[in-house]
Amino acid sequence: MSSKKKYWKNVEELENTSMAQKLKQNEFPEHIPVNDFLGDKETLEESTTNRRDFLKYVGFSTAAATLAACEGPVVKAIPYVVQPEQIVPGVANYYATTIADGFDFTSVLVKTREGRPIKIENNELAGSDGVANARVHASVLSLYDNTRLKAPQVASKTVTWKEFDAKFLEKLARIRTEVVLLTSTFSSPSTSQLIKDFTKKNPNLKHIEYDAYSNTEALDAYEKVYGERALANYDFSKADAIVGVGADFLGDWQGGGYDLGYSKNKVPQNGKMSKHIQFESNMTITGANADERFVATPTEQKKIVAAIYAGLFGGAKVSLSSKLSGAVKKAIAQLKSKGKKALFVTGLNDVNAQLLALAINTKLRSEALNTASPKLTSVGDTKKVDQLVKRMQSGKVGALIMVGVNPLYTYANADAFEKALDKVALKATFSTHLDATASKVEFVGALPHYLESWGDVEFNKGKYGLMQPTIRPLFDTRQFQDFLLTSVGATTTYDAYLKDFWNQEILKGLSFNKALHDGVYEINNQAAASANLAVVNNTVISALANAKPSSGLELILYTKTSLGVGAQASNPWLQEFPDPITRVSWDNYLTISKSDASDLGLENYNVANGALNGSYVNITVGNSTVENVPVYIQPGQAKGTVGLSLGYGRDLGGKEEMNVGVNAFPLYKNANNVQSSVKIEKAEGIHEFACVQLQKTLMGRGDIIKETTLEIFNTKDKKKFNTTPVVSLDHQVTPVTSPDVDIWDEFDRSIAHHFNLSIDLNSCTGCGACVIACHAENNVPVVGKSEVRRSRDMHWLRIDRYYSSEETFEQDNEKKEGFAGLGESLSGFGKMEDPSENPQVAFQPVMCQHCNHAPCETVCPVAATSHGRQGQNHMAYNRCVGTRYCANNCPYKVRRFNWFLYNNNDEFDFHMNNDLGRMVVNPDVTVRSRGVMEKCSMCIQLTQATILEAKKEGKKLSGDDFDTACSRACATGAMSFGDINDPESSVAKSLKSDRMYHLLEHVGTKPNVQYQVKVRNV
Amino acid sequence: MPLKCFEVIILLFDMKKVNHGKTASRYLLLTLVFLLTFSNFSPVKAQDADPKKGKELFNSLCAACHKRYKKATGPALFGVTERHDTEWIYSWVKNSSALIASGDAEAVAIYEEYNKTPMNAFPQLSNKDIDDILAYVNEPKATKATLPGPVGGGKEVNGASSSMSQDIVLGLLAVVLAILVGILFLLNRSLKRFAEKSGVEVKSSCDASSCRPLWKAFVENQFLLLVSAVLFLLLSAYLAYGYLMQVGVNQGYEPVQPIHYSHRIHAGDNKIDCKYCHSSARVSKHSGIPSLNVCMNCHKSIGEVAEDTQAKGLAEYGVDYNKEIGKLYKAVGWDPNTQSYTGKTDPVKWIRIHNLPDFAYFNHSQHVQVAGVACQKCHGPVEEMEVMYQHAPLTMGWCINCHRETNVKMEGSEYYDNIHKELSKKYGVSKLTAAQMGGLECGKCHY
Repeated sequence: MSSKKKYWKNVEELENTSMAQKLKQNEFPEHIPVNDFLGDKETLEESTTNRRDFLKYVGFSTAAATLAACEGPVVKAIPYVVQPEQIVPGVANYYATTIADGFDFTSVLVKTREGRPIKIENNELAGSDGVANARVHASVLSLYDNTRLKAPQVASKTVTWKEFDAKFLEKLARIRTEVVLLTSTFSSPSTSQLIKDFTKKNPNLKHIEYDAYSNTEALDAYEKVYGERALANYDFSKADAIVGVGADFLGDWQGGGYDLGYSKNKVPQNGKMSKHIQFESNMTITGANADERFVATPTEQKKIVAAIYAGLFGGAKVSLSSKLSGAVKKAIAQLKSKGKKALFVTGLNDVNAQLLALAINTKLRSEALNTASPKLTSVGDTKKVDQLVKRMQSGKVGALIMVGVNPLYTYANADAFEKALDKVALKATFSTHLDATASKVEFVGALPHYLESWGDVEFNKGKYGLMQPTIRPLFDTRQFQDFLLTSVGATTTYDAYLKDFWNQEILKGLSFNKALHDGVYEINNQAAASANLAVVNNTVISALANAKPSSGLELILYTKTSLGVGAQASNPWLQEFPDPITRVSWDNYLTISKSDASDLGLENYNVANGALNGSYVNITVGNSTVENVPVYIQPGQAKGTVGLSLGYGRDLGGKEEMNVGVNAFPLYKNANNVQSSVKIEKAEGIHEFACVQLQKTLMGRGDIIKETTLEIFNTKDKKKFNTTPVVSLDHQVTPVTSPDVDIWDEFDRSIAHHFNLSIDLNSCTGCGACVIACHAENNVPVVGKSEVRRSRDMHWLRIDRYYSSEETFEQDNEKKEGFAGLGESLSGFGKMEDPSENPQVAFQPVMCQHCNHAPCETVCPVAATSHGRQGQNHMAYNRCVGTRYCANNCPYKVRRFNWFLYNNNDEFDFHMNNDLGRMVVNPDVTVRSRGVMEKCSMCIQLTQATILEAKKEGKKLSGDDFDTACSRACATGAMSFGDINDPESSVAKSLKSDRMYHLLEHVGTKPNVQYQVKVRNV
Repeated sequence: MPLKCFEVIILLFDMKKVNHGKTASRYLLLTLVFLLTFSNFSPVKAQDADPKKGKELFNSLCAACHKRYKKATGPALFGVTERHDTEWIYSWVKNSSALIASGDAEAVAIYEEYNKTPMNAFPQLSNKDIDDILAYVNEPKATKATLPGPVGGGKEVNGASSSMSQDIVLGLLAVVLAILVGILFLLNRSLKRFAEKSGVEVKSSCDASSCRPLWKAFVENQFLLLVSAVLFLLLSAYLAYGYLMQVGVNQGYEPVQPIHYSHRIHAGDNKIDCKYCHSSARVSKHSGIPSLNVCMNCHKSIGEVAEDTQAKGLAEYGVDYNKEIGKLYKAVGWDPNTQSYTGKTDPVKWIRIHNLPDFAYFNHSQHVQVAGVACQKCHGPVEEMEVMYQHAPLTMGWCINCHRETNVKMEGSEYYDNIHKELSKKYGVSKLTAAQMGGLECGKCHY
């Protein structure tokens, strides 16, 4: 009986449609365009080359190429004709110099190799003025920026300096009306003198200083109280209680540089540490580091300032929400109890608030307030620029000479400025780039980079820094000072002038060479200024106390750690630097609180590969609108406020990849960083972020970041705040550090050196200077926005940022411990992924942990990664075949894979694809190629160099003689590096500290990186 | 680029042909003998003055500033007796400054002419000594045509005779062999003819059925085939491995340099310390190619080489050393006529011989200064090299081998005090090799 059953695959077949017939005959019923992708059908058929021939050709050419590749290229070696005395090829030279780009003023050491600067280091002699932030560390790459202005231009034509001078001076001589010199803050005594000389020759000259990010109100307040136009200088190391209201003093507040003093008292010593209370709207690194942080809108902040003043010295009562008034009470109690050791700072752009801050510190006799040596590095006055625009419009200004400023980008009403500029007969700008302003003026002078320049800076009154060139000018550039000298008919060059000036006016008989060697010089005979507190009257207080809430949202404009005001926007290291708080690189964005975002229907979400997407909004302030600003939902953002950073969205021309972000300067009206009545509306489209950290909260995993309070730390046993994980061995509780539970045999590392890196979570502010220092030292490639979005960033050192889902991490832990049953923990952990509205924040720098029992080493099939006796986990790039097993087996996720060839590849048009940009490469570290795994080497090139020096000199090394790039860059002392075989070294001592723990200790990897438990003084 | 590489390889082979060290010494001897005989015939002017002694004195005292036939820091001295009175020369040599101070017109003129550079006083020289020197400097210049000519000719004859004798022997042998083959052939033919005539049937050793060609027998013998196939495969694997292992190993690389610089003359004959020129080897990872101002420390006064050196250069290496020094002057911008720098420089583009790959870190100072390794250990007999070449393979195996075998020099260094004590206890040895110090760890050279 044969079956008549019919089997069918689908209904169509059963019904025997034409489609089913077709399918039976042909697997693909649709025409497959084979011929389209194999080219023209005719030529293909006519071709005598058949498949076999083709394969033969491929085979032969591959073999030929392989054979040809076996012969090495001829390498030329060209020695000096006359070798400079100081230069020995292969040995680095260090020079002290000073960066002064109008925003960052820092004394630094420059490491040069064979005459080219390759790295910036802190200048320890300069104290707090010698602490380089991430931007300063990255500034060495800006020297090798091939988009720099390479020669002077007149009417968009490249000319020689002689022609430039002749044409310019001829025109200038004809100007009878006002000549305005618009510059950034120079704070340079010699340049001031030169400008005076210039004014003698051109009596109608007026000098206006203009800072892109203004501190006008703080300057006004200081001038009213102390009679000098400067910014108050604070020594945070003398403060035991710090109350900050909207002041991001660990960031760029009033020029920054306060982290050194701040972190000195942050480490508990003898049971004591400083107490820091912060009120702020944006989540800043200052708020993240505070012991207690309270969210407050700018309006509320004004009230808080008044309330604190009133609470300390009496005055009208200020109405505040119950939560804030409780916080204010705490702050007042702290300030009162610490008295002279207390410090109050505010970042509000409001004269009254600044006056009260000065009054509070003066009345408390705060030792931290230094009126003898106020800051001179930001003295620009925006009001004068407003007046200038008006005078230009009315045709009163005959000539405008701009130096180091870019008002068509940074001035809020750039259109008005541009229109007014048309009425000026003679326009000139001196700039490093052909920026927005330079492309609109006739005379464009090419300025050199600071590493090619001479100069001086008066950081604070009586504290000077010297700038000296560390390389000959790469292009046909000239300093503005040399232009001034030429125009007054002097025959000397600026360097000679500078030397004379210093010898006569500043050093007065002391050695110029010594000052140049040190980079800094200080005159310690400044007397403290006397305060005139009469200006602080009741109207000041009541103006603040009665501050009216804004009708719409309040916008806080800030500067990001990466770009500042955007002077180095073409620096790929800085563009790729992830923001310490948001962990977003290559962008600026609107930070908004979660509740405001959901009200406006804005969202952030992760796509399948983990990358972050966000909505766009249009922001309107008054009559200015900035369109298509991506939104980033920021935990800890005060409700009713939004934040946006300046410095992005600069049209640089040239490299497309670098023109990222939106320009927020049009919203920076009246140079006020707080704008009220801000309208936000959702715009079309979805923005793709390059965010390097997906997880937001710690989810109660207390063994990653261990945090405790000062009280527990002082009173309780180590077990309470720093438990060592235990396992069960033969039903006995055994700590994981015990050799009995180890499956590995321990190597003997007791002889010679055994390196350890200690990271103190208490003094780490998350500033990111180490990230850039590591970048520069180890030739870490820049991969670009789209690659970062694919989680292919190459940073050897990352700073993880964690939020708490409750108010504190401690509460997170308790919540996690309290989960009952599977159901609750499943739902509970889901909830814990969301950070709270005002979360606690912790930073944790993570690099290769150099495990003594490294999981990566055992899985490498070619033994490319192996362990050294000195505790470093070695990585032999030339041996690596790129299986990536090691990265998969690394519990810390610190290994980075070279997905592409990042150097000499035009697909990655950053700095490694041109000769100029490659000059920054450190010759002691291999530049990795495609398909190779890489990771932190614990700067083995530096430890080996230290050992070699000791061997050459035949001297004994102490454990603290060693350094890594990150530990050198870390001025706060959060990172210390050394040899634990020397019991006197700081790392050997910290290894025994009660606060010491290892990351993921329960895995049993025995890392050589120690972390110190974070202690908060709450 | 490939074309360039190719050129260099060809050049490299060319240079190798020239490099024949052993025959060189023989020529040297010949040249010396020739020169000695020749010098005996050189005319001696003053009967009592001894030019031989004068030469010694000249070389030790005068040669730094004077040359016989050419202007240097001071004037050329040939014919000085014709320009000046002998008595005047005596007083000038013994104390020129005094003579100038006395206002002597001749003396002042010379002083002015040579940029007011005073000549050192030589009060220790007697009149007899000065006579000797004068006798030496007044020897007329040996013309180049007469000098190297016969030497070169001699060499050619010599070289030809030695190779000729070899050729003759070989030729004779070939002739003998040919005769023998001929005899055998003739013998065979006559034997065959003889057999035919005597009616003897010459039987082939095999018939058609049993006789197979050798190759057929080989193919049919499976065992033999297998064995030879295995052998063939092993051999080709061995050869392929050998070929691949030498890829990138440039041992013996001897490129033609833009200036023919002879290490043999500098480090060998003149015994200049390696680190005089390669001074950064002491402090840096690079040994450093000396900058040209270092060359000029000596070559300011050495504008041409000694005659015998020159002759040898021409004869053995086909190099005119004086021309090479001229190249240096051109590069550094030195005008030998005016004895001054022109300021026009043209840096020398040397071809780098020792090329370590980028991923291997090597530090000269570690080896030279700390370990006290002689340069020759890695660079070979540099003092014998006319043209520098890569002596060592510079492979990792070669590095490692040395690290395994070499004891670390620890004495007298405080750095090693503790390390040595503890390590020697651990390994139970008194001397420690670099390997035991951790010198085989990957990260020590690769980062």
